[in-house]
Amino acid sequence: MSAATATSVRRGRRRRLDSSLIVGIALVGVIIIGAILVASVGRNFFSAGNIRDILTGMSVLGFVAIGQTLVILCASLDLSVPYVISLSSLIAADLMAGNPANIPIAVLAVLVVSALIGLANGLIVTKLKVNGFIATLGTGLIIKGYLDTNYKGTSGEVPWEFQLIGATGIGPVPVSTLIMLVVALAGAFFLARTRTGNHMFAVGGDEQVARLSGIRTARPVIIAHVLCSITAALAGLLLASRLGVGSPTVGVQGGYDLLSIAAVVLGGTLLMGGRGSIWGTIGGVAIFAVVDNVMSVMQVNPFLKDVVRGVVIVAAVAVYTSRSLDRRRPRFGTGAAEPDRPDDRSAPPPAAAREKEASA
Amino acid sequence: MTAEQPQARADRSAVLDGEPVLVATGLEKSFFGVTVLRGVGLTLHPGEVHGLVGENGAGKSTFMKILAGVYERDAGSITLGGSEVAFTHPVQAAHAGLATVFQEFNLLPERTVAQNVFLGREPKRHGLVDRKAMLAETRALLADLGIDTIEADAPVRTLTVAEQQIVEIVKALSVDARVIQMDEPTAALADHEVELLYTIVRRLSERGVAIVYVSHRLKEIFDLCDTITVLKDGALVSSGPAAELDTDELVRRMVGRPISAYFPAAEADTVVGEPRLELRGVGNAYVDGVDLDLRAGEIVGIAGLQGSGRTELVEALFGIAPFTRGELRLDGRPVHMTSARQAVKAGIALITEDRKAQGLALNQSIGDNALLVIRSVFARRTGQARRELPGVLSSLEVSSRGIDQEVQYLSGGNQQKVVLAKWLATKPKVVLLDEPTRGIDVGAKVAVYTLMRRLAKEGVAILMISSELPEVIGMSDRIVVMHDGRASAELPARSDEATILSAATGTLRVGGAKVVGTADAPGPDPVSDASNEEAGR
Repeated sequence: MSAATATSVRRGRRRRLDSSLIVGIALVGVIIIGAILVASVGRNFFSAGNIRDILTGMSVLGFVAIGQTLVILCASLDLSVPYVISLSSLIAADLMAGNPANIPIAVLAVLVVSALIGLANGLIVTKLKVNGFIATLGTGLIIKGYLDTNYKGTSGEVPWEFQLIGATGIGPVPVSTLIMLVVALAGAFFLARTRTGNHMFAVGGDEQVARLSGIRTARPVIIAHVLCSITAALAGLLLASRLGVGSPTVGVQGGYDLLSIAAVVLGGTLLMGGRGSIWGTIGGVAIFAVVDNVMSVMQVNPFLKDVVRGVVIVAAVAVYTSRSLDRRRPRFGTGAAEPDRPDDRSAPPPAAAREKEASA
Repeated sequence: MTAEQPQARADRSAVLDGEPVLVATGLEKSFFGVTVLRGVGLTLHPGEVHGLVGENGAGKSTFMKILAGVYERDAGSITLGGSEVAFTHPVQAAHAGLATVFQEFNLLPERTVAQNVFLGREPKRHGLVDRKAMLAETRALLADLGIDTIEADAPVRTLTVAEQQIVEIVKALSVDARVIQMDEPTAALADHEVELLYTIVRRLSERGVAIVYVSHRLKEIFDLCDTITVLKDGALVSSGPAAELDTDELVRRMVGRPISAYFPAAEADTVVGEPRLELRGVGNAYVDGVDLDLRAGEIVGIAGLQGSGRTELVEALFGIAPFTRGELRLDGRPVHMTSARQAVKAGIALITEDRKAQGLALNQSIGDNALLVIRSVFARRTGQARRELPGVLSSLEVSSRGIDQEVQYLSGGNQQKVVLAKWLATKPKVVLLDEPTRGIDVGAKVAVYTLMRRLAKEGVAILMISSELPEVIGMSDRIVVMHDGRASAELPARSDEATILSAATGTLRVGGAKVVGTADAPGPDPVSDASNEEAGR
């Protein structure tokens, strides 16, 4: 076993760096490396156009990953998101049918349908006690079946007014990304300041503890699933706005199920639940967006892109795991010779500091 | 402490004269037709510390859980503050003023102290969680107990076990409990941490909180409790003032025999032979400069405080965190253990401290667990081991529904026997036991002791770590005491507890059973050291 990494010690105790902070540091690192690589092919990473590209790339995955964070915090998973995204884009485009007057009703319908799907997911997980992975795999397949049966290709028409959401920006910041960040802010506030948000950590951390503390353990899980489906629906609306039509395959093509889970984990949230943060997830999404952007600018082979993404995910999780293992603090060096080993055994025991250490 | 204790008790007898806060009478409970509690009750006065003792399986936990509302009683009555109550959930009981600190921690390691204390009842302001109020109230509760080392906004995982125990108590207090039940609150605490718990219990008692204190450590019961209720086999043996009992009498009531009968004597014609293991100045990141011989047929006990490097020493011997210096010889040949697999092949067995996490695959069967090592390391001997398994299990008196039963449904004692069966199947030459009797009942303890004697007679060398000094003293041919990662003393059999403790706390330095240099070590304070000693069973 190697020596534990240097850590700041407070009253003889190890303190881990806040995981959101680590994600931030990783993001800065990725940006620096990316900027250098981009500069090496004679382009400017920090140009307004490139920043806009990166931020645009963040918005769709950002929505999905925010909801996924809530679900994973509760120690569940949502694999149905790509199908909810596709379904949402179709409902929106069909109901809008090119008429701006239909926008409110279409958006409302999308939110209601997605909330119901989330409710179904939540109820299956909590009441039927089906593992979230399987439950949402099932509901996802059901939606997929519906989509494949009823849609042979794109459908509906999104009016110009709604397309603006996906196309306009304030300076280099796209409106869609701003909306995504507002949702992230709301999500972070929800987790920190509401009882239900607090109880999500509790249920995901240890359901038994939550139950013995008088928490109705089903509620936070159901709400997390509902919110996750709703954020997936927002992603679907955004994609409809960008494409101008609804598409039965847009969600699956984006690979949003696994990519969102990867972003959440990359953001420092435990896949087993109980620990994590929305801002970590946004950091994870940003890392993906920057890596993707750099590879596009450098015109990397698309297959290699996936290889790089895969390496980033595995490397990040490996780093987290190695850090979160509770290693005992070494008391002695690991070298062959121990300089302070007293040949004379009557030497006094080495100071009170060690005793504190021993008891920690 | 000894001087003031009778005085304290005399003063406190007035406590028992007042109006009781809790009266439980005639509680009965059976599970699936098996009666586990018959006609048990107790009376609790404000400020009273009431010890509840009995062997594992005597019904203590069931009794507590009925009071706490985890189980519903089949018969009997409970009045709290004068009115009849029937709780159906621990939270309901807590809100009525009867809080329980369960043995398993009910804390979320990733959440802060304040978030844990107010879990499920977070204070709200304008519909949002009032974090400031939560922190302030938690700080006030901690300050009330005189605790200034715990920060209300620190994640619970950064706390020591003792501090986590305090958070549990604070959680109970935050509901204004009039009665607090504590189930083995010191089970996971090192000896020197116990004192802090004492202070808290006494402080609560002064404030009029009644405490039901369950512990296996009889010294704690006598140190803290005004009254003692003894349970045996689900029935009430006695309930009365602690001053009327002494340790021997209490043990007799609990088990019907004296302490000394626990430890079987070495079997006749046990021969201590050649050294099986020889350690010469071995060390790694956790232990250093350990010299030790372990001979065939010998039982060597390792004493020391938690964190003194005892577990790390056996883990190094077993190749988990190998020694990086010094010399290790097995049967006279130098070896370098770098993996558990190598250790197993060399004939070493390690019975780990944490049975559930490290010793067993809980949702696998007895058979699968017992054959685990054989299958993975000595695959060719699997058939033979399988045939011998029923005999091994019955010689260990494992009581189960058969070898296909999942080990998670066995009692702690039977689980430990399965662990032992697993290692016996490898026919080890050296057996390392880390807290082999932790959390198991007396009957199973005796079975473990008897097995150790039998193995010794067969020429196996045994190294046993234990925090229970009577066990170390009762079983060891020699006692090695660890302190601060080093072997601070090697003491002969039947050394007394005070000597072991002073070595364990670093105030005595002995080599080869003779004191070689206490001059440099400042004199110990025997009184305070002795207060940590454990006169358990």
